[in-house]
Order: sequence, then structure tokens, then C-alpha cells
Amino acid sequence: MNLLLLILIPLLTAVAVFMMQNNNQVRWIAFFGSAIQLILSLGLYVVYTNARNHGDTAQMLFEQNMPLFKSWNINLHLGVDGISVAMIMLTAFVVVAGVLMSWKMEKMTKEFYFLLILLSMGAYGFFISLDLFVLFFFLEIAVIPKYLLIGVWGSGKKEYSANKLALMLMTGSALVLVGMFILYFGGGKSFDILQLAQTTIPTWTQHICFPLLFVGFGVFTALFPFHTWVPDGHSSAPTAGSMFLAGISMKLGGYGCLRVATYLLPEGAKEYANIILLLSAIAILYGAFATMMQKDLKYINAYSSISHCGFVLLGIGMLTKVAITGAIMQMVSHGLMTALFFAVIGIIYERTHTRQVNEMGGLLKVMPFTITLLFIVGLCSLGLPGLSGFVAEMTVFVGSWENPDTFHRIVTVAGCMSIVVTAVYILRAIGKTAMGPLKEEYNNLSDAAWHEKLATIILLVGIIAIGVAPFWLNDLVSPGAELIMQKIQMAK
Amino acid sequence: MLNLVWLVPLFPLIGFIITGLGRNHLGKASGWIASLAILASFVVSALIFIELKTLPEDIAEHTTGSHVVHLFNFINTHAMQIAFDFQIDALSSIFLLVITGIGFLIHIYSISYMSHDEGFGKFFAYLNLFVFSMLLLVLGANYLILFIGWEGVGLCSYLLIGFWYKNIAYTDAAKKAFIMNRIGDLGFLIGMFLLYSKCNALDFKSIENMMPTLMNDPSYITAVALCFFIGATGKSAQIPLFTWLPDAMAGPTPVSALIHAATMVTAGVYMIARSNFLYSVAPIAQQVILIIGLATALLAATIATQQNDIKKVLAYSTVSQLGFMFMALGVGAYTAAIFHVITHAFFKALLFLGSGSVIHAVDGEQDIRNMGGLKKYMKITYITFFIGCIAIAGIPPLSGFFSKDEIMMHIFTHGTNGKIFWILGMLAAMMTAYYMFRLLFITFHGTYRGKGHPHESPALMTMPLIVLAALSIVGGFIGIPEVFGGHHALNAFLEPILLKSQALQTSIYELSHQNEILLMGVAVFIACIGITMAWFGFKKYNAADTTKGIAKFAEDKWYIDELYDKVIVKPLFGISKWIEKIIEKAGIDGIVNGVGRLIQVGSTKIRLLQSGLVGFYLFMFVLGIILLFALQMWLVKF
Repeated sequence: MNLLLLILIPLLTAVAVFMMQNNNQVRWIAFFGSAIQLILSLGLYVVYTNARNHGDTAQMLFEQNMPLFKSWNINLHLGVDGISVAMIMLTAFVVVAGVLMSWKMEKMTKEFYFLLILLSMGAYGFFISLDLFVLFFFLEIAVIPKYLLIGVWGSGKKEYSANKLALMLMTGSALVLVGMFILYFGGGKSFDILQLAQTTIPTWTQHICFPLLFVGFGVFTALFPFHTWVPDGHSSAPTAGSMFLAGISMKLGGYGCLRVATYLLPEGAKEYANIILLLSAIAILYGAFATMMQKDLKYINAYSSISHCGFVLLGIGMLTKVAITGAIMQMVSHGLMTALFFAVIGIIYERTHTRQVNEMGGLLKVMPFTITLLFIVGLCSLGLPGLSGFVAEMTVFVGSWENPDTFHRIVTVAGCMSIVVTAVYILRAIGKTAMGPLKEEYNNLSDAAWHEKLATIILLVGIIAIGVAPFWLNDLVSPGAELIMQKIQMAK
Repeated sequence: MLNLVWLVPLFPLIGFIITGLGRNHLGKASGWIASLAILASFVVSALIFIELKTLPEDIAEHTTGSHVVHLFNFINTHAMQIAFDFQIDALSSIFLLVITGIGFLIHIYSISYMSHDEGFGKFFAYLNLFVFSMLLLVLGANYLILFIGWEGVGLCSYLLIGFWYKNIAYTDAAKKAFIMNRIGDLGFLIGMFLLYSKCNALDFKSIENMMPTLMNDPSYITAVALCFFIGATGKSAQIPLFTWLPDAMAGPTPVSALIHAATMVTAGVYMIARSNFLYSVAPIAQQVILIIGLATALLAATIATQQNDIKKVLAYSTVSQLGFMFMALGVGAYTAAIFHVITHAFFKALLFLGSGSVIHAVDGEQDIRNMGGLKKYMKITYITFFIGCIAIAGIPPLSGFFSKDEIMMHIFTHGTNGKIFWILGMLAAMMTAYYMFRLLFITFHGTYRGKGHPHESPALMTMPLIVLAALSIVGGFIGIPEVFGGHHALNAFLEPILLKSQALQTSIYELSHQNEILLMGVAVFIACIGITMAWFGFKKYNAADTTKGIAKFAEDKWYIDELYDKVIVKPLFGISKWIEKIIEKAGIDGIVNGVGRLIQVGSTKIRLLQSGLVGFYLFMFVLGIILLFALQMWLVKF
């Protein structure tokens, strides 16, 4: 399978979207483009597992390597392993759902879809790049459209949020860039991930680079205390923007922390692991407690994302194979779950024109489909078995428990405690939205339209497929986690 | 047949999907579809039970009678593998029968009871899901599958308690049930992680086989056992996590019957009986269970004596009876605990469905002060309710007598303090007889104090009552003690599962036959005292008197809800408010905004440096060179 397709199809879609005459054409082109991406990503999964089952044990499959800048040794080096395939599938699911959720977007439709598709291209490129420079390039492509999506199509204090988001993410990128260059000069003048993984990078370089790269990518995935762009950014963004932001962008950070920072710099990871753990445990509980006080549905989901992404970083910081597998599963699970949550919020907001839970109530009666989804996604968020959140968090916890010392135990138990707090805020949000007497003015609200139903069902399928039968995702990602673990074990 | 055990949970799951998707189209049919699904799994359970009973002796002996049916690998990273397996043996087969049997009766009853509700279809979908989760719980061959069922049960209780979602008080009760269970689940999870970290497995068989090595570390086993017990206090409503169960009365009455009899609250008892190999070697954990069980039995019984809501009395009665079961678990009498689970399921389902019949008759009234004299109007309900009362009070030869008696015998002969525990347990038993007959007399005797015209319920509701009454009468005969010439059939059936524990700890109490008869006589006498007290107090009840003094405390549930609110809920919300207002908004966000502003201000200042004066530039240039030289000198020195 030619991985370039994953970049070319979104690119072609984006160009096609730009050439269309009316909004209807734009929508359908965007939808077909994203549907092809979805099929392509599922095809990639099939082809990938097939190759693995036939005994292809190469670290990366479908590799291709083309020189871009000879003098700097920058190459367009593409390739995927199980982790990237999982992330690509996540992206494809979220993109289709996001496109469908924006069906009624009337303001500058063409530009809106253009940016959405561009963003998805950045994400695909990021996940398939094996060259740090190219990876960084795609990371930036995935950031800049967000500034515009929020600033132009957002709501509330959108200028402030867009600025805050862009500046904080740019700061993160700057740290990544600096770390990348130090790595380049300290590790044999190469940006190639696979080459860097083979070379021995001096300890001092690792100790300098790791915090730069980890914090840089960490900003994307709401590393405490660099998380404050999350609530404002998510709540000001349009529905599809929030879905992309939480479903895909935050995962860019987690993937970077794992693939770049931890994999390439295992000594650095060992050195700073305890700080990561401390910060992620704080993020988990802090996010959960902060969510309890929120009254806006989008803020509720945004703060809870901080808490849930804490599990990703917790799993990485634990430096055990099971925990890292759990971290990857949590990325996929959280991506689908939070995208679905934002989609549901979008459906509700479209009709009630409010996101304040205190102003709602009894919506179960008029919007059974949407509220049932709100239930399911809430239950997924609080880690109910049968849905994806449970298996992911469970795997992180079991992996965390392999570290027998007191510090790791305390951190893990602190993380576990969030399951109670999560239950409190989720049930509170659901109760205020769905239960109780229905307000007079909401009597005639309609339930989800076809495109909204389709979008949410696509995401729901993903959540249930992971929750009921997590073994396929385990199979997919655990060899990748294994390789990362081997590097960590070999390091001093 | 044993390999087809997956059919048992499959039927309710299919029932759930059909009734759930067709909830707006199926109409009354959904009730029958749901009932049929449960009936089908009851039939399969019965066949499995029969096959287990007739298993050739040699197979039963060597394999402790457990069959593991492998379905698929649930979690499968190369370092961690957990299979989705079902385990079928004496213990799970008994639970299957109780769950599906009583569940079926409750389904049938609900068809009539819920017939006028707009959420009819949804109700049956939830009921089927509830039964499915409970079946998963008892069939799971490892703690993870058990936990999946465990959580599913918690979810269904949430959905059903808050079934009438337009009433905020009901949905709050549902929320409370879920969150209290979650606190217990936290304990369960940690216990599971502790277990996994050492055994690298979660299935019962491997852990049981690993016990000899694990026993070298008693504090570890105690920790695991206590963690699991925290989980059990949540599900099975023991101190300190019991307050959700009385509030759970907000749900429709058949749901209460389902929660209290066939599912949910027995989960904790099942889990500890299933983990008997752990608890038998953790004496400290057992002691804790014994004390908590006794305290719960007493506390709930005192509250039950002062309640005026027909369902609340029964709810606290359940809490108290669960206390008895936990006392049995605490002294290692697992069979006695299971025995009481079974008989309790019979008479508590009977009492709840009977109370539902009463509530149905008096147009939704639940306050017993507004009832009275109902025996005239509803003969069948009265007689069956009466049977339930004498069964729970412990009058022979009804079922409750045998199971409670067995528990009390075990406690009497347990260690040095056994006799003190026995006396306190007897006190709770006396209160049980008292509050049940108080309820009976106030509700059915005297004169009718309400408005409207009470009437007997339709046959669809009374039939389950009659079946359950019959079971409450004869249910005790599966465990007739030796002193009456019986050979404890339940004991013999469950023995293979408890083999390992029995090697460590005797589960047969040793008591001379005279003493045993004497103790039984005392127990019956005490129950009769309770009944007599209720008779003199309430045979001609009229609702004038108000409670005061200590009774007022009991009526207000010892203010435990208020205490939790002050000590736990308020401070937690305080913390989150502090995080939100101080740290998040003023602290971190303040810094972020501050940095932004600083850069703006800083750049306006730095801009001034580019003043265009050549002299200034020159000055800075020279200054820079001097600084560089100074740095050089300093570096050379080192």
C-alpha cells in the first residue's frame, strides 16, 4: 500500500473543495473525500494485519524514502507500525464524523471544509512520517488551521481562545523544534527516527532533549500545567473544530511524546519519568475536580479531556509494556469518545441554543436518540465495561501496578480515584441535561437529523468495537509498544 | 450442555436488544418477549444444574466440579492476557437458578404492574439487561469478567432507580446508588490490580492454585481481601456504603424486588463466597467482615422498626439480612451464607412483590399510616405476605428459620467471642420479627385509613406471589440440619468448591445435639417475643402517635446521610471549587495571561531601544565587547 495516498487524497479533496461552486457540492465532495479516507484507513488495517500475519516482522511496513534536502539529510521517509495504523484509523473516523457534523455550516462553507480537510492531511502526515523534520512540518499544518477555525467560525470569546490556543501550541512547537535540532546535532546529523533509534545518543543530549520534546508535545496533549488552552479552545471552537481538536490534535501530542521523546530518548525518559508521573496524576485528579464545577457542557468535556489525557501520559511515564499499550489504547478510545461527546453537545446546542446544563433538563423526552448517545458516551467516559474507556484505563492501571515501589503505587491509586470523581461529574451533567421536568420552550425540539445520526453512529461503532472486543486493538498496538519497551530496557 | 452455558446470558442479551430497539413499536409484546428470554435461560440453567448434579463422582472429585468454557481472549497484549471465560460449577449454577427463576417471576409480575406506564418497553429492556449483567457476574471465570457484570449491574440499577426520570428526587437517588457503588468499585479494582501484580492472572482457578505460595505473605492476602470487601460493601449495602439502598426505593417496585432478591445486593456475597480461598486464610479480613456484618444487621434493624414507608421497611430489612449473610461469611460459613441468599431471595421477592400489590391496590400510596385493614380486600396478597413475614422472622419450618439458624449456629461456635456475637445477632433477629409484624399489622389489620377503594391485584401479579410463597415455605428443606435427620443437601452440593477452604478451616460447626436443639428453641422463642411485641403495639394501630427520643433518631436513620454530606460531600465540592476558582482561574490562567501581557509590554519597551541614535548603539557595542572579554577571563580561570 502506498502511504502517500494518505496525504494525497486529503490534498486532492481540499483542492476539489476549493474549486466547487456551491455549498452543496462542497459538502458532498468533502464527505466523499473523507469517506475514501475512512475506507483507505480500514484497508490499511486489513493490509497491515495481513502482512503481519504472514510473518512480516519489519519494524515499519510500507516504507518509502525519498530525499528532500540532501545537504541537511532530510528525507520524506514514510512508514507505519501498529501504533500509527491505530492513530490513522482514529483520525479517519473523527474526520468523517466531523465533516458530517458540519453539514449545516453556512458561513464560508468552502473555506471551512478546506481547513478541516487540510487539518486531517496534517494529522495523517504526522502519523506516517519517520523523519522528524517532515513530522514537524505536518504538526504545524495541523495547528495553523485551528487558529482560523476558532477565530472565524467560533463562538463566545473566540479571539481570546484562538490566540491562547495558537500561542500555547506554538510555544510547544518551538520547544519541539529546539529539541529536534539538538537531537540532530547530538545524534549523527540525522532526522530519521529509525536511524536515530539505532545510534547511541549521548546521555547529556538525552537529558537536555527529552524535557524539551516531551513538554513540547505535552502541551498538545494537555500536560499539566500547560493545559489551559484546552477548555477555552474547545469551547470556543465550532463542533467539528472541537471534535478535531480533542479527537486528533491532542493525540498528535501523545503520539509525539511516545514515538519521538520516549522512543528516541529512553535514558531521558527514565530520568524524568517520575516528574511525568507526578504531573499526569495531578492532571487526572485536577481535571476531574475542575470538571465538577463546570456548568457549560463543552467545558465539562474539555476539562474531563485533561483528566483523561492524563492517563495517556501516566501510561507513558510508567515505562512498562502494558502501561504503554494502555496509553495508546487510551489515545484511540479518548479520541473517539470525546469526538462523540462534542458531536452530541453540538446536536443539543443546535436546538437549545445553550450549553449551560442549568438551563436544560428533561431532554430525554424530546431527543431520545441524542440523549441515549449522551448516556453512552458519558458511561464510556466514566469507564463502564463494554465501552472503550474501561479497557484502556484498565490496561494503563494494570501496567502501572507492575512498578512495585510506593511512589508508583500512590500515583496509580490517585489515578484510580478519578473513577469516582468522573462518575460524579458525568452523572451530574447527564442528570441536569436529560432528566427532570422538560422546559416549556423545549417541547418542540427535534431529534438528531440523518447526518448527525450517521456521524455519531460511526464514532459509536468504534467505541463499542474496542470496548467489547479489545483484543484486536491490543494485537495491533502491542508489538509497537514492545519495541519502545526494548529500547527503554536497554537504556541505562 | 455445560458447553452451552453461554446461552444463559445470551437470551437476556437478545431480549434486551429486541425490546430496546423496538421499545416504541412492540407495545405490550415487549413484556412477553423479555419474560420469554428469561424463561429460556432458566430452562438452560436448570438443565445445566441437573447435569452438574448427575456428574460422575470421579470427575466431580478431581476437578472440584468446575468447568471453564473458553469464549475468546478479551485482553490480549503479549504481556497481559485475560480470557473471556465462563465458569460453571455448583456455586454459579445455584445462582443461575435463583437469578433466572426469580427474575422470571418478577418479569411476569411487571407485565401487569407496569402496564399503564409510558416507558413499558424501555422498562423491560432494562430488566433484561439487568439480568444479563448479573448472569455475567456469576458466570465469569475471572475477576475481570466478574467486574464487567458487577459494573453492568451498577449501571442497570442506576437506569432503573431513576426510571421515572422526570422526578429529580428519583434521579438523585439513582445517582447516589451509582456513586456509592463506584466507591466500592474503586476498592474492588485495586484489589484486582494487587492480585494481578503478583499472580499474573485473574482467573479463580489459577489464583486458587497459587494460594500455597501466596500464603507466605499474609499481609498481602489481607490487603487483597479487604479491598474486595470494600467492593462488596458497595454492592451489598453494608456499612459504610449502605445508604443508597433505601433510597433506591425510588424505582418501580418490581425493580426493588429484583435488586433485593435476585440480583445486585447478592453480588457481594457471591463474590466473597467465590473468593473463599482468599478469605479463609485472611483471618483479619474475616474479623472485619464479621463485625461490619453484625453492625449493619443491628443498625439497619433499628432503623427498620421506625419507618413508615412500606418499601423503606423492607429495604432496611434487606440491609439487615445482608448483614446476617456477611456475618456468616465472616466466620467462614460460606454455605450458610449462600443458603440465606437463596431463602432470602424467595421471601424478599415475595415481600416486595406483595408490597407492590398493596401499593397498586391503594393507588400508589406507600405510607403505611394511610393503609390498614387491607386483609379484608386482598386475601391472596395478605396470606402470601403473612407467609413471607413468618419466613423472615425465622419460625420453623419455613425457609428463613433454617438458613438463619445455620448462620447463628456457626457464629455461636466461632472462637471465644462467638457467644457475644450470637447474642447481638439474636437481638437483630428479634427486631426483624418485630418490624416485619409491625408492618404486617399496620398494613393489613385494623381499619382502613386511606381514601379510595382497595382491590385485589390481577392474576398476573398474584400468581408470582403464590409461587414465591410456596418457595418460601419449602425452600429451607434443601438444608435441613443433621439434628432433624436431614443431610444438608446444599452443603454436599457446594462442598467441592469449598474443598480448599475447608482444608484450612472447618466449616461444619461442632455442637452437641441437645445444645443445638436448645439454641433453636431460644431462637424461636426470641422471634415469638418480637411478634408478640408487635401484636400488642400495633394490632389496633391508628396513626396518631409521633415518635420521639431515640426512636426519632432511628426514624431519621441515625442522621448518617447528613453526616456523609457534611464530612465527605461538602469538602469534596469545596476542593473542586478551590481548584476551579483559585488555582485554575487566578493561578494558571493568570500566569498564562500574564506571560502574554508581559511579552506585549516587554516588546513595547524593547522597541524603544531602537532609538536611532548612533551614539547609543556604539555605547551598547562597546559594552557588549567588554562583557564578552570578562566572560572569557572568567572561563579561562576555571
